[in-house]
Amino acid sequence: MEKIQSIGELKKLHERFKSLLVLREIPKSKNNFIKTKGFDKREVLVCAGTGCRSANSKEIVKELNKNIIEARLAEKVKVHITGCFGFCEKGPIVKIYPDDVFYIKVKPDDAHEIVNKHLKENQIVERLLYEEPSLKQKVKTQNEMSFYKKQFRIALRNCGLINPESINEAIGSKAYLALSKVLTEMSPDDVIDYIYKSGLRGRGGGGFLTGKKWRFARQSNSKQKYIICNADEGDPGAFMDRSILEGDPHSVLEAMAIAGYAIGAYQGFIYIRAEYPLAIDRLQIAIKQARKYGLLGNNILGTGFNFDINLKYGAGAFVCGEETALIHSIEGFRGEPTYKPPFPAIQGLWKKPTIVNNVETLSNIPAIINNGIKWFTSIGTKTSKGTKVFALAGKINNVGLVEVPMGTTLREIIYDIGGGIKGEAEFKAVQTGGPSGGCIPASLLDTPIDYESLNEIGSMMGSGGMIVMDKNNCMVDIAKFYLEFTLEESCGKCTPCRIGNTRLYEILNKITKGNGTKQDLKDLEELSQIIKDTALCGLGQTSPNPVLSNLRYFRDEFEAHINDKICPAGVCKELVRYYITDKCIGCTRCAKICPVGCISGNIKEKHIIDQDRCIKCGSCFEVCPVNAIIK
Amino acid sequence: MGDDYILNERNDYKLHSNKLSNTKLKKLDEFIETVPKNQSSLIAVLHKAQKLFGYLPSELQEYIGEKLNISTANVFGVVTFYSYFTTEPKGKHVISICMGTACFVKGSSDVLNEFERKLGIRAGETTPDGKFTIETIRCIGACGLAPVITIDDKVYGHCTVDMVDKILQNFSE
Repeated sequence: MEKIQSIGELKKLHERFKSLLVLREIPKSKNNFIKTKGFDKREVLVCAGTGCRSANSKEIVKELNKNIIEARLAEKVKVHITGCFGFCEKGPIVKIYPDDVFYIKVKPDDAHEIVNKHLKENQIVERLLYEEPSLKQKVKTQNEMSFYKKQFRIALRNCGLINPESINEAIGSKAYLALSKVLTEMSPDDVIDYIYKSGLRGRGGGGFLTGKKWRFARQSNSKQKYIICNADEGDPGAFMDRSILEGDPHSVLEAMAIAGYAIGAYQGFIYIRAEYPLAIDRLQIAIKQARKYGLLGNNILGTGFNFDINLKYGAGAFVCGEETALIHSIEGFRGEPTYKPPFPAIQGLWKKPTIVNNVETLSNIPAIINNGIKWFTSIGTKTSKGTKVFALAGKINNVGLVEVPMGTTLREIIYDIGGGIKGEAEFKAVQTGGPSGGCIPASLLDTPIDYESLNEIGSMMGSGGMIVMDKNNCMVDIAKFYLEFTLEESCGKCTPCRIGNTRLYEILNKITKGNGTKQDLKDLEELSQIIKDTALCGLGQTSPNPVLSNLRYFRDEFEAHINDKICPAGVCKELVRYYITDKCIGCTRCAKICPVGCISGNIKEKHIIDQDRCIKCGSCFEVCPVNAIIK
Repeated sequence: MGDDYILNERNDYKLHSNKLSNTKLKKLDEFIETVPKNQSSLIAVLHKAQKLFGYLPSELQEYIGEKLNISTANVFGVVTFYSYFTTEPKGKHVISICMGTACFVKGSSDVLNEFERKLGIRAGETTPDGKFTIETIRCIGACGLAPVITIDDKVYGHCTVDMVDKILQNFSE
């Protein structure tokens, strides 16, 4: 393939490569699954995101291909890998086009049946279909699944649709058309105005208007400017950015080139976590392909615009998600933040004006330019336009990646899309914003999701982690968990974060050990406020949020730990108490196993635990044959 | 700019030795030739060096500092700042237990405790025979499989305390 010389050539290629995706256009009529004759040509898409790949999806591709050849179907059926479908709970996912049939939890051994039953004899493999809980019956297509019904995909538009390692498929799905439009029809100021008016805000958590940020950098007078894509997704439990990079890397490259044109930069960097080998791999492939096609490099599409992108690797430091720290890391230094101003848009990488945008923010940009401001602003709420991707995880039925319009309520995400709480236990809280966010209780589940309303209730949008917790999670322990994370990741440069958070952690630890006092709660609140007001960077300023939100909504749990020396969730070991209920059959097994001999009772009679001597080892709890011992 | 090296290969286990292997040093030199010799290349060079040697002993840090014209103190500062870099050799098999939030709420700390108990070492340590290292990691993004652990490159999903014995048996020789 030669370099693409002009916009016209790119458009021609787009028309040509559209045919690559023609089988994957979902048929409008719902009764189109399997015609008695079957289809002349079929495509099988296998999810190759990290979740499904961890569950052996690579082997599935191999087995499918092997069986297809054996069944002499190689002429008619092609197997492709694709990005994350989002339904990670039910992975690995295999989707068959044009039948539009969605198979879940596929194992390599299932390949034989899929090929011989479905592809050869046109019969659906019923046992691999998803059972839709609302209908209580198996369904064949994504459209029938409540997991997908309320979703709206912009940032994830190509995930689960195209092969992320094929630039041709990406071009068939409109990649680089927005760039060509920008280069020929718009001035840099037009582009900035356009993005500004679209209302797009930073998806990394802060929510700053992207167009505004770009304008600052545009106005900075410098010959050398930089665009950085922040792919240092460090929130534990968040994997949105990685899925975009793994599923649709070209959308990010294209958006960076657009940003480069808008602010006057000709060099971009993607700062990516070294812990994301698959995303790195896909990006390397994508950059290579884009350079080969002349979509990166000098004289892009014959317009005279130059722009290139290089990868820079992180090395495991959460604080590098903060833009000044990230810039120092790219320069090769310790990733410590510095005071703002000067903002990076004025003085950033190597002291040149620099824009740092998050992956998800960038992936929205080509879609906005292709579909228009009107389209984008029609989605979402008054202050927050468009969609947000969330990584839904924890005690929920449908773990996965979901993209919803802003303004969707937490209840809709957790119960309609997420399918409710896993297991018997009741819902307790949902955590958004990772270590910078807070836990939201059941009473606030009808809060619509946008930047402002989440801030108001003491949490924040954050980058998009959403962890669901049930009655078995102790909120003091959760606050401690997040602080432990902050302590480990604090760079240590400023005192409030380094020492303040250590003290917060110590107080929480004391409470979970049963040694808390009433004064501790006051100290927690006061110290948290001081850290918020005085820490140097975003990491420190938001680090007390989990403590404050848990104190606000789950104060009774803290008080139970302090006043009654009880952990209501039964998590804090020192505060657990074991009781023997009337279910006891007097088998004496508990008394025999107890290492301190604190269980007494006669054979065939109810036994009793001496609470003063009990060391809470839990041996009796585990050994009881009739579950008569409770926590 | 040195984009082409791969990060996901598991490091070779290397026994304690103060002498740096010449063939590995040569490979490192070749890599350094392709990058600008200054601070901006430091992290990329450290990644490469750790991939080659398995860890970053002080002699190696000194060597890299000289090559890039920066002080050893500066190199040491960067190495110790980032958790990905290690100055100690790791075991033959690295057991990584995900302590991301999704895994944590599903009980990954119990799994960690069980591994620590079974192997008699704490997280971050290596067994005396150099066979296993236990480390904790933050979210590998396979939250659908929580709790998740990885041993070398293999992922074990929905890992429970009861599975620990069976998993370790796979590595008995």
